[in-house]
Amino acid sequence: MKRVLAVLLAAALVGLAAVRPAPATAPAPVDLARLLDETPAATLDAYRLFTDAGGRQPAAELVPYDLITPLFTDYADKHRWLYVPAGRKVRYTETGAFEFPVGATLVKTFAYPADFRRPADNVRLVETRLLIRRESGWAALTYVWNAEGTEARLRRAGARLDMAFVDPAGQRVAFSYAVPNQNQCKECHSVDGELAPLGPKARNLNRPLAYAEGTDNQLARWTRLGLLEGAPPPAKAPAVARWDDPASPLGARARAYMDANCAHCHNAKGMASNSGLFLEWEQTDPVALGIGKRPVAAGRGSGGLDYSIAPGEPDRSILIHRLNSTEPGVMMPELGRSLVHAEGLALLREWIAGLPREPAAGAG
Amino acid sequence: MSRLLAGLAALCLWSGAAQAATLTVKAGADAQERLQTALLDAKPGDVVAIGPGRFELTDGLSLDVDGVTVRGAGQGKTVLSFAGQQGAGEGLLITSDRVTVRDLSVQNTKGDGIKSKGSDQISFLNLTVEWTGGPKESNGAYGVYPVTSTNVLIDRVTVRGASDAGIYVGQSRNIVVKNSRAEFNVAGIEIENSIGADVHDNVTTRNTAGILVFDLPDLPQQGGRSTRLFRNRIVENDTPNFAPKGNIVASVPVGTGVMLMANRDVHVFDNEISGNQSSGVVVVGYTREIKDPKYEPLPRDIVVRNNRFGRNGWDPRFPGGAEIMKALGGGPLPPVVWDAATRFTRAGQTVEQAINVRLLDGPVLKLNLPHVQGLAQARPEVLPRVDGAPIPEPKPIVLPPEQARLAP
Repeated sequence: MKRVLAVLLAAALVGLAAVRPAPATAPAPVDLARLLDETPAATLDAYRLFTDAGGRQPAAELVPYDLITPLFTDYADKHRWLYVPAGRKVRYTETGAFEFPVGATLVKTFAYPADFRRPADNVRLVETRLLIRRESGWAALTYVWNAEGTEARLRRAGARLDMAFVDPAGQRVAFSYAVPNQNQCKECHSVDGELAPLGPKARNLNRPLAYAEGTDNQLARWTRLGLLEGAPPPAKAPAVARWDDPASPLGARARAYMDANCAHCHNAKGMASNSGLFLEWEQTDPVALGIGKRPVAAGRGSGGLDYSIAPGEPDRSILIHRLNSTEPGVMMPELGRSLVHAEGLALLREWIAGLPREPAAGAG
Repeated sequence: MSRLLAGLAALCLWSGAAQAATLTVKAGADAQERLQTALLDAKPGDVVAIGPGRFELTDGLSLDVDGVTVRGAGQGKTVLSFAGQQGAGEGLLITSDRVTVRDLSVQNTKGDGIKSKGSDQISFLNLTVEWTGGPKESNGAYGVYPVTSTNVLIDRVTVRGASDAGIYVGQSRNIVVKNSRAEFNVAGIEIENSIGADVHDNVTTRNTAGILVFDLPDLPQQGGRSTRLFRNRIVENDTPNFAPKGNIVASVPVGTGVMLMANRDVHVFDNEISGNQSSGVVVVGYTREIKDPKYEPLPRDIVVRNNRFGRNGWDPRFPGGAEIMKALGGGPLPPVVWDAATRFTRAGQTVEQAINVRLLDGPVLKLNLPHVQGLAQARPEVLPRVDGAPIPEPKPIVLPPEQARLAP
């Protein structure tokens, strides 16, 4: 416990001092040179992002973060950290992902408890993904944990893993978990064909997080730690709705959900640019949002339906049909899930059911 | 030390330029990971050589490296089978430039067969893409699917069973589709929202429709134009439409030879067109509601000349077709059908537009629609030909020399 506190204290000091405190007992720092090496390490431990072999203890330089409305990935728990090399800063932007300095690394571990009714017990780590900002641009690497949870190895070509958990209702769920290949990382993380982060945008980070020292807004904390520059006070920064917050307006929750789960491809610069279906948070054109929009290249993904969104009629909306499918060629998103996200689907059904049937009516 | 480094650097540059590597992948266990790893490891100039045999794949494959050739041992010899595919929207996705895929077969993908997105100089040569269970609604939409690509070459490709279009080129520029065969698809070949295409010396048969040239609204690239269809055999397209409803091709009647919809500057000549029960060549506007203020729904500057028409149009399956045939006194419809609409409604505004066409292969069935959506008010007449003002033919498509040199 004392050691954990020391690590947390060190984390709190990051950025306040030009030279980081490095007590003699502290583990070796994150290996920035290794992160920047164009030849990726075969195993995750080489970067020293974690202080234990099992990837449970983040290095002192890692700052945890969370998103307001995340991408659904087969109910995996996601643990996210930001690493910024000493003395460098992330640049705030109001829209899109922040501008990250060379060496900045986004670390995300996907994990499942054996039983979601006891989420802290028997947690199996599945994969840890790194997005590393290099001089040449972003690089995406995926490390897959062995069954014992003692080592994570690079799997550039992706993998299929048999996975099972007990859901909050006590039902056993078994499925094939897809680890993306390196190109598939980019298919989602693509802006005009270049790899880019998705989650760390002002609108999706602008929320409180429970830190060891107490709860704080993430933008404010990053600014205070000296990691982020140019951010306005949180109240002046945009924020999407939390998709599962019943207190937020339904339209805002639905749009936030689509922003996180669809818009990484479905925007004018993404992999699905050719569809003309653009589902990002800022979109205002009802047809681009799918309302009364006919399919273009959907094939059997159309499910025999005429419109992406038929206002007032979720059962006649292609969007619902595709979110409700687990068949490749039909399901959306195309990558990153093998299970239906029942709760997300219910949200979008409810939203579409409440849209006025006049095709040109508002989206929100 | 620095001299040594400079020497090493020069050596690296030299070898990088001169020594294209061949990454060989053999059939066998773990085909997915081995083949995908080769596609990741390839450097510009390299060849990924896929050996003979069947490759049972479990997920989509993808290539994002410029200048790579993916080569099999031949159609039917190297077979990439996606019957067990569990994820991804296509079999092989290409997102890089100057890529050639050649000499292999792709079977039973869950979604599309081979797709390129945003590629420049993308070539598909000697490929077979098929769904082996015959025409089925559950087959993938497109066999060969370049989209938002430039300099597209499709040569000696066969596609069977696509539930939308066998060969589909969308929102692209500078396109050649030749020497290919499309059969048992809904549409054999479709050029959509694209600019500059030569489609020639292909065979499209046993599809629902032979060749479609369309322009659709609400898409990033619109204004499809400048396409030449010539020396194609467009015969016996007789497979009932099996496209999933909702898709535009689901409305194409069985036995359509060529359909030109809402496109401009399309020249159809020297083709053999026969055995298509609904019609030989149909020239029509987009009949659905238009919200998009930039969209042009009427076909314009169309030339149909010097085609060899056999028997077509004896049992037209488009709405009102049977009634029109009856009104004309029975018998097969003329080989060329034109809606002749000059009015449409776009974003609530009705627009009148003068239309010039040259339909020189007569007779021509001119429907004289009062509005593009007014099929029920057609006033059909049969003319020997429609001889509009001269329409210059688009120049032949010229591909970059290194792409044009690719031998089949």
